[in-house]
Amino acid sequence: MEQQELRSLQKKAVAIRREIVTMIHQAGTGHIGGDLSVTDILVDLYYKQMNVSPEQQKNPERDRFILSKGHSVEALYAVLADKGYFPKEELETYAQYGSKFIGHPNNKIPGIEVNSGSLGHGLSVGVGMALAARMDGRGYRTYVVMGDGECAEGSVWEAAMAGGHYKLDNLTAFVDRNRLQISGTTEEVMTQDSAEERWAAFGWNVLSIPGNDLAAIDDAVDLAKRTKGKPTVIIANTTKGCGVSFIENQVAWHHKVPTDEQYQKALEELAAKEASL
Amino acid sequence: MSKAIKKVIAEFLQEEADVNKDIVVLCSDSRGSGGLGPYAEAHKEQFVEVGIAEQNLVGISAGLAACGKRPFAVSPASFLSTRSMEQVKVDVAYSHTNVKLIGISGGVSYGALGMTHHSATDIADMASIPGLRVYFPSDQYLAKELMKVLARDEEPAYIRIGRNAVADVYEDGKVGFTMDKAVTVKEGTDLTIIACGEVVYEAKKAAEALEKEGRSVRVLDMYCLKPLDEEAVCRAARETKAILTVEEHTKYGGLGSLVAQVTAAQAPTKVRSLTLPDAPVVTGKTAEIFHHYGLDAEGIAKAARELL
Repeated sequence: MEQQELRSLQKKAVAIRREIVTMIHQAGTGHIGGDLSVTDILVDLYYKQMNVSPEQQKNPERDRFILSKGHSVEALYAVLADKGYFPKEELETYAQYGSKFIGHPNNKIPGIEVNSGSLGHGLSVGVGMALAARMDGRGYRTYVVMGDGECAEGSVWEAAMAGGHYKLDNLTAFVDRNRLQISGTTEEVMTQDSAEERWAAFGWNVLSIPGNDLAAIDDAVDLAKRTKGKPTVIIANTTKGCGVSFIENQVAWHHKVPTDEQYQKALEELAAKEASL
Repeated sequence: MSKAIKKVIAEFLQEEADVNKDIVVLCSDSRGSGGLGPYAEAHKEQFVEVGIAEQNLVGISAGLAACGKRPFAVSPASFLSTRSMEQVKVDVAYSHTNVKLIGISGGVSYGALGMTHHSATDIADMASIPGLRVYFPSDQYLAKELMKVLARDEEPAYIRIGRNAVADVYEDGKVGFTMDKAVTVKEGTDLTIIACGEVVYEAKKAAEALEKEGRSVRVLDMYCLKPLDEEAVCRAARETKAILTVEEHTKYGGLGSLVAQVTAAQAPTKVRSLTLPDAPVVTGKTAEIFHHYGLDAEGIAKAARELL
């Protein structure tokens, strides 16, 4: 990727993070830690890699995206609004009485393919989408983003087994490996290491990358596109809360809401980051 | 005559898949139980085996449907309605994907295999999910009419069928089928028996026996549990003296509950329900189990006499 393009994506990631903390601060609810860890993955997919846009929501050749770790919906809302799927002002209703913007993805919202929120569902649905592409001879790709805590769900591995069995090279999964979940570290709660060996054993091409590094994410997605005969999983080694120092790597910030003071500090940090790019 | 409904469905899907390339059948190591071996051979490109993984079966089906396919997920009713219930709720009903869930070997049709293999709560389980329709066809002819509609409509549904051959309730070409309307198997004025699934045949036989005793008994085939044909229930409540419901299901949230909910609110009348017990059922073949719990013609007629 050209340096100029990388800078542009990095700036976009800062802008999305600003929207996320603002949305959560205003609404008084949201899963801020996971939103901030997954932001760079969403930015690369939506602004660089995926063939999706508000104009082609009905295009059968569009790429398919599933946010299986649905609690990171604020990050997805921020991206979809910025991409023009709906007016950004509508996000001011997020989590308010009667709003269509609930705390998990819902396909009544333009740009969202299927509903998620209960963990361990997205990869099976993604396998179905990838199989449909193969049956119909279509070239679209399917992307599924999961959390690392989510991989304790047995249904993830049913889907992983099928993805490997059917050699779905048009399917790319991400594991947002931020190593934290609501009760503690993933390794305390339920061992996830070695994620790489587990996915490889299920027949997947495994790429383990620094997950908040946009250049690394982009290279991995390119490599996944070139890989034939097996699906690819990108183990994105991320930092939970990435981009706001006092939120980073703190279990308590799984779904904590910033105070007014913390919100201002977060904005200052993000502004400083933007200025440095 | 008699025929297993799974055969009717398998034959129908095979014909339909010839003309509609979007039809996809998915099995969870259940193609044999579903009578779908010939389909899987004839339509390799429109068949997906997921192995013994019912959650994945339903999730994959939802993904296929979200991309325009018409998936039929065929799996034992006991597992499909409970093991994968959350996938049905979230990926099918909530995401509104056009998946048809075919629960085979339903009710007690696995007989001596025991409670793990019986589906005696699937009306309650599936009907409680917002946006999901529930159908229990009674014989081969009604099943065929139902499939013709379901193969071409755009909404998800759960269909429960039994494992064994079931006696014909109707004559070929004379079902009198209208989608989501109960079929009047027999007219009557003293009592109405409302049944669904395999026990409709037993209800019909019971009504015929009662007829010989001078009792005029109406029999409704309520194959459509959801949406329930409330008009037919209210007419029965108003035009006959009482209602007897019969189902291969427990009493909680089944046909009897649904009917009583309608009559209580719209047309109060006496309703008695014949059901399976709130417990593991006695060991035996379907006919033996039906007899044990009074769900056969003899038991239904006895309950009807008491009610009259």
